[in-house]
Amino acid sequence: MYRTADRRAGSLWLLACRSSAAVTGAAVLAILLFLLWFSLPLLDADTLSKLLSWDWRPFHGGFGILPMVAGSLLLSLSALLLAFPVSVGICCFAHGMGPSGPAACLLRLVKFMTSVPTVVYGFVGVFVLVPLLREAFRSGSGFCWLAAAVGLAVLILPTIVLMLHSQFMLIEPQVKLTATALGMSPAQRLLHLVMPNSGRGFAAALVLGFGRALGDTMIPLMLAGNAPQVPGSLLESLRAMTAHIALVVATDSQSLAYLSLFACGLILFLSTTLVNLGLQLLKRPEEDKG
Amino acid sequence: MKTGYRLFSLFCWACALLPVAGVFGLVVFLLKQGWGGLGLELFFGDTPPLDAIFRFAPVWDGIWPACFGTLAVTGLAALTAIPLGLFCGIYLNEFPRGRLSGILDFCVNLLAGMPSIIMGLFGFALILFLRHTLVPDAGTGLLLSGFCMGLLVLPYMIKSTQASLGGLPEDLRLMGTGLGFSKSQTIRHILLPSAGRGIMSGVVLSIGRAAEDTAVIMLTGAVANAGLPRGLFDNYEALPFFIYTVAAEYQSPEELQHGFGAALVLLTMTMGLFLAAHGLHHAMEKRWKRG
Repeated sequence: MYRTADRRAGSLWLLACRSSAAVTGAAVLAILLFLLWFSLPLLDADTLSKLLSWDWRPFHGGFGILPMVAGSLLLSLSALLLAFPVSVGICCFAHGMGPSGPAACLLRLVKFMTSVPTVVYGFVGVFVLVPLLREAFRSGSGFCWLAAAVGLAVLILPTIVLMLHSQFMLIEPQVKLTATALGMSPAQRLLHLVMPNSGRGFAAALVLGFGRALGDTMIPLMLAGNAPQVPGSLLESLRAMTAHIALVVATDSQSLAYLSLFACGLILFLSTTLVNLGLQLLKRPEEDKG
Repeated sequence: MKTGYRLFSLFCWACALLPVAGVFGLVVFLLKQGWGGLGLELFFGDTPPLDAIFRFAPVWDGIWPACFGTLAVTGLAALTAIPLGLFCGIYLNEFPRGRLSGILDFCVNLLAGMPSIIMGLFGFALILFLRHTLVPDAGTGLLLSGFCMGLLVLPYMIKSTQASLGGLPEDLRLMGTGLGFSKSQTIRHILLPSAGRGIMSGVVLSIGRAAEDTAVIMLTGAVANAGLPRGLFDNYEALPFFIYTVAAEYQSPEELQHGFGAALVLLTMTMGLFLAAHGLHHAMEKRWKRG
């Protein structure tokens, strides 16, 4: 009696686990299939050439998404350029350059930063950063590439710091004895032993940060000004792919505009996949070694 | 060389000060601007609070509908993500099947890195698809948002379940075998209770993530000034979306004040959830730390 009940319970558990796993896998597949299905018209050479142009003026028949692709790339890379050195500094501070008490607090603060809603960063950016830039440079409205890059840098900073931190945690114990035996100062240890051995961690942090910056919607949408153009300078407006999707859905438009939205979605999906593959590649050989 | 090290030290200190200044600046700025507006009027306007909460009296001049919408979406997302994520995490950790789990693991990682706007676009496409095929009058709404948000936070849930189960000492598994438990009994009676706090921290983390995300709800049914939703398929207001619309197109100082209030409320909410998740995670690690 008990036995059958137990066995039934056991198989129920397995069934629940398996079906949840199947649903999760199916969800990812469904997302890809939907994006592909709605991007199908792209296979038409004429439509494709229309979308792959530098001109976005939906009311004059211009549906080019290249400005947005360029905007996303420029924005993510510049945010990475801002956030990465600071993250390295923070990580070094936490691993010996600063006193241990404040270092622990700093790490906790950075972890806390992950919980601040993106939209709150954007909101504060609109009312603090944008007026500041407008006053400082006296050009335009302040909604520009630079504002969005700074906002995004703040957003991706914790991601990068925590990735570097976990890498440093792996390397530190390996070099600690050597460093102490050689009488190295913390700065010497970090610069000559820890950092040169953290190449993979640096690369992983860069890739992860880039993926996070590329995928964020609210900061570019709220701070970058959203003009569909390739910015000539840091003080000009740009539009990211993510912001483009949000804007086009909001303003109901013709079918080619919809198509541009799914094309952007597909590009984002594929870049996410690439980022993930990159991370896996960076992770793998290390596991083999250990 | 010596100056080089000194410069490096200076650089680290400067970098360390940046986030401190940033976070304090952010919190102080929000408090300064939003503190005056905090109060029951911020939430309910002129409507009596109890009427608004229990009798669904319409609130015209407050952020209560937005709070309600956020709670509803978060709840629906939790309903989707928690059971799915829990079982999927158990599957990945306890019933690994070689290649198949490898693929699933990759899917979970992919889902975790997916921009939230893609999840919103997926929901939007789902509605377009339904309109063309089965349900001609399908529209965006609460249920769709909840589902897409659930998918967005699903990987957090899976990963924390996996990590909590994986972090348990091997003795616990042996104990199950020693007691003559079957695999599912071991999971049900030994492993899950031991990993409870870790899994809970994943739940709380997912809820926090679902409460703050804006891109998903923007594409799947959040609108400005919708009032309380009348059903699962109705459009609704949400806190993050409200904050966004205020920043983009506020028309009066009162509206701006509400925006600051809403930002403060949302920040407090996610901060509380984060601290709870952190505490649970910490308790979990402390309990099973070796040596």
